[in-house]
Amino acid sequence: MSSPRRSNAWRLVWIAAVVLFVLHQDFWFWEDRRLVLGFLPIGLAYHVAYSIAAALLWLAAVKLAWPAHIEQWADAGAPGTESKRGVPS
Amino acid sequence: MSLSLAVGDLTPLLVIVAYLALLIVLGLASARFFRGTAADYFLVSRSVGSFLMLMSIFGTTMTGFALVGSTGKAYSTGIGVYGLMASWSGLIHSACFFLIGIRLWAVGKRYGYLTQCEYFRERFDSPALGYVLFPILVALVIPYLLVGVIGAGKAIQPITAGTFPDLFPVLRPDGTPNPALHGGVPPWLGMGVICFIVLFYVFFGGLRGAVWANTLQTLVFMVTGVIAFYMIASKLGGLTAASEAVAAHEKAATRLAREGLIGRAQFFTYCFIPLSVGMFPHLFQHWLTAKSAKAFRLTVVAHPVCIAIVWLPCIMIGIWAAAALNPPAADANTVLGRMVSTFVHQPWLSGLLGAGILAAIMSSLDSQFMCIGTMFTRDVVLRITGPDRFTDAQKVWIGRGFILGIVVFSYLLALILQKGTHVFDLGVWCFSGFASLFPLAFAAIYWRRTTKAGAIACVLVTAVVWIIMFTLDMIAKADRPPGQDDETLVFGAVMPVTIIFAASTAALIVVSLLTPPPPRATIDRFFDPLETA
Repeated sequence: MSSPRRSNAWRLVWIAAVVLFVLHQDFWFWEDRRLVLGFLPIGLAYHVAYSIAAALLWLAAVKLAWPAHIEQWADAGAPGTESKRGVPS
Repeated sequence: MSLSLAVGDLTPLLVIVAYLALLIVLGLASARFFRGTAADYFLVSRSVGSFLMLMSIFGTTMTGFALVGSTGKAYSTGIGVYGLMASWSGLIHSACFFLIGIRLWAVGKRYGYLTQCEYFRERFDSPALGYVLFPILVALVIPYLLVGVIGAGKAIQPITAGTFPDLFPVLRPDGTPNPALHGGVPPWLGMGVICFIVLFYVFFGGLRGAVWANTLQTLVFMVTGVIAFYMIASKLGGLTAASEAVAAHEKAATRLAREGLIGRAQFFTYCFIPLSVGMFPHLFQHWLTAKSAKAFRLTVVAHPVCIAIVWLPCIMIGIWAAAALNPPAADANTVLGRMVSTFVHQPWLSGLLGAGILAAIMSSLDSQFMCIGTMFTRDVVLRITGPDRFTDAQKVWIGRGFILGIVVFSYLLALILQKGTHVFDLGVWCFSGFASLFPLAFAAIYWRRTTKAGAIACVLVTAVVWIIMFTLDMIAKADRPPGQDDETLVFGAVMPVTIIFAASTAALIVVSLLTPPPPRATIDRFFDPLETA
């Protein structure tokens, strides 16, 4: 069974995912032409940072909400099922 | 009688030829590891680890658009292209790998599936679903294949322009050479060579050949973009000078923001397009190659960063081009090539750029050829004859036969369609179709109440609404000039995928609720009792 700790972590990850989804609509930089670090348009800099934030979100998902039991379930295939299709694992 | 032909600078062509030769060598090497079984040919014996998984999946999801199209779109539409396509994809692709990919890997391993039709047919106890889904998946993959084949042919010609002026002349209507294309390897030959190379390493190496080649190709196109970015920036006086020139340019300065270039609803509704990875048949097959669920971890985390590494340099080159190119580019898809040839003057870089573009294209093509061959073998031949009719070795040869057939078919179709096709536009429509089938994949995994009637309704509604909208866009507006590919890809204020997706989701939910729930035995078979979600 999934532990309450993992369920809480799962919820946190999905709340963070929803927040990140909403933050994609950066209307506040829509007309802003400023350059960050002298060369990077601020709207582009925001979305590059967004890509890094997405990577961090999925790192948290992998660490906190990883479906560890799934491998066990995958390995417990019905006997003969694979060979019936001619594709042994 | 002596025959002498004028030959220009061979360097770009030689770099491309060297790269293609390397792929041949890699194909031969991967074939040496082939164990002679169908499981090895179609699934690499489920042995792919984290790094190869990341490279092959990233390479498969990135097409030639990642280099050529992104630069061209940034040139015409500005920085918003990154948010529209790259940052949405970073978030949503990884979500699909995490939520869909790992689950499908598990169910594929548990029950021995190789194709989506096999899975959905058994998940919903419905052979009819397999019969409905198969032609739709094939019909969506083939145009996507053509995007790659035609794109490869069109990419090679300008990069090798000037090499063989006597052999491959391209003249303007007034009889003078067209400098952009004159003497370049013509598309019929470029497309043929690319098809042959991909066929070679997939035919002999199977999916292992594709995975190995994808890894090399992904590294090549990632490095190419960064090198082009660095060298162009240096020639423009450095990063700051290049961007300040854009800010100071009356027309180009608009590219530094999004106002007037991209609609806000369009910017939001583009989020549906990356959902297509949840239903790509070639990605489904790659997921099944994983050695374990843990092999997905690196892909899930690193995919958004890999996208940034490829897209950021190209977007910057695109906006710099808006101020630097004079005269302006008539076809936005030529911008990256022109920036390299105008400012860098290094034939080897032009060659490397060509290799990088081809790498991005071929890293998708190989998986698509492979999956179509697998689908015809498994979903048609073995479905009709039964799984025991052929030996393992015969199944491999049947797969190879179909791969050969689909490569030849794609090449011939590309020859016919190459001149009038809005290449990247076609790609977005394929993505829209796959994205609209995403509710089926998601519901199959997470919604136990989904019924076979609901699943079939979802697929049929997707097909019907897609055809209506595609007809409205591609046929009714077929007279658009090249280079204005997706200018009309918005219905009302939103991407058409929004409408198709909404219709397919509604059909799946409503029909499922109106029909009797699936049998308990089916649910128990496909849902892990340890899952609380």
